[in-house]
Amino acid sequence: MTTDPLDDYIVAAARALALPVKPEWHAAVKANLDVTLKLAAVIAEFELPDDAEPAPIYTP
Amino acid sequence: MPSLRPSTRPDPAFDSSWASASEIAAAVGSGQVSAAAVIEDALARIAERNPVLNAFTAVTAERARARAKAIDAAIAKGQKAGPLAGVPFAVKNLFDVAGIATVAGSKINRAYAPAKKDSALIEKLEAAGAVLVGALNMGEYAYDFTGENLHDGPSRNPHDTTRMTGGSSGGSGGAVAGGMVPLSLGSDTNGSIRVPSSLCGIFGLKPTYGRLSRARSFPFVASLDHLGPFARSARDLALSYDLMQGFDPDDAACADRPAEPALPLIERGLEGLRVAVAGGYFQQGAMPEALTALDRVAKAVGARNEIDIPEARRARAAAYVITTTEGAALHLDRLRKAADAFDPAVRDRLLAGAMIPSTLVVKAQNFRRWFRARMLELFESCDAILAPATPCTAPKIGQQTFMIDGVELPVRPNMGLYTQPISFIGLPVVAVPVPLKPMPIAIQIITPPWREDLGLRIAHTLEQQGICAAPRPAIAGGT
Repeated sequence: MTTDPLDDYIVAAARALALPVKPEWHAAVKANLDVTLKLAAVIAEFELPDDAEPAPIYTP
Repeated sequence: MPSLRPSTRPDPAFDSSWASASEIAAAVGSGQVSAAAVIEDALARIAERNPVLNAFTAVTAERARARAKAIDAAIAKGQKAGPLAGVPFAVKNLFDVAGIATVAGSKINRAYAPAKKDSALIEKLEAAGAVLVGALNMGEYAYDFTGENLHDGPSRNPHDTTRMTGGSSGGSGGAVAGGMVPLSLGSDTNGSIRVPSSLCGIFGLKPTYGRLSRARSFPFVASLDHLGPFARSARDLALSYDLMQGFDPDDAACADRPAEPALPLIERGLEGLRVAVAGGYFQQGAMPEALTALDRVAKAVGARNEIDIPEARRARAAAYVITTTEGAALHLDRLRKAADAFDPAVRDRLLAGAMIPSTLVVKAQNFRRWFRARMLELFESCDAILAPATPCTAPKIGQQTFMIDGVELPVRPNMGLYTQPISFIGLPVVAVPVPLKPMPIAIQIITPPWREDLGLRIAHTLEQQGICAAPRPAIAGGT
């Protein structure tokens, strides 16, 4: 039986990062993670030049 | 809520119930009415209406009375009254108020120690004579567009109490639209000033990122957090905004630049201004009322050119990613120790945000700089851009979904469809209310960085033309 890699990822990330994801919260966390990853993919697919630096500027 | 003393007899010559901040300050300054009488009337209105509107979570009655008394005493001694003398105002409950825990709409923060000192912006308004009367309801930790709060109950829209105020600054919208105070403060990370302005039918200003100090307010997303005022006129926005300007080293993002007052320029009209309308993304999915309002405002300011804001969809996506990940970082410890105490809708988004790889966040920040450059290019050919503030008028409280472009989508994240791409790069926006019946809706006037003056000038002109106005609801004595 194959499982959704996102399910495996949530279980692994919750354990590795000490995030208390109760079984009854899993579906809602997954739905949110799915939306966020899809939106992140919309940005990642957009080609930016290598010298496109992040917006925040640190001034020492 | 604390018990209230009987209201002092109102001065028959001055009715503060729907007066603007400017009118109240003028009346108090001239001795037409005392600050004490104005404040007692505001406290009486809060006591009467708040059980219905649920805008206030704390009323600072004794502090307000003491402050009003001091203002009256100073005026009696011949001292000059401040430009906001005797003006009652209230703040979203993420602003520090000395002596009260800064709950930020949460259950968790109620256990925190009371704030030792007021927020920087409260100090600035009070230095000008304004009088803080309380703290206002908000969506938990500002991660919200509805104005609903699991712990305090929903803020209710003064125009129809079965409907949302919008959020997350829901109480800030309801308190001003419901006539309890003429001025309030809120925060806007992705639209939390502009959405309640739209749904409640009032004026709201989200200044340029870094313009107003956020010192001693509870944060959400450091990259995107802004503070700003709500009022029932553009003049009151400009007046309060000018008084809050100025560098503050206590806010890491506050820009070290001199104050640039907007009020002296507000009467300049539209001459010489090139105003465009945002097309494409900013009209897709807009319901007929949003397009009607946009058309009305566009015609009034002579905006004929429709422009395309490039990659707005991606800008919103990047704002979403930065919000959920920075928000998760802020709340990581609370998630680990007290996840059960969060509103589940907030908790589940933050838990997901904590699992997003950092590479994707960096890409969102890279895109932010790219998008900023494109927007600055657009402003070479125009001085202001109009766009709807929300895709629709206020949904019902508890409503989970609505139709956008023929697709059923959740209300909570999508009320900010048109606001998120703009705050993403920190552009100043004035939200102006168009008094449609039965519910109002606002239009965003978006201007180049540091040009709040242009948006306020256009907003004031629209008000003079009768196109934009904050309608007076029945609960506040309207018809």
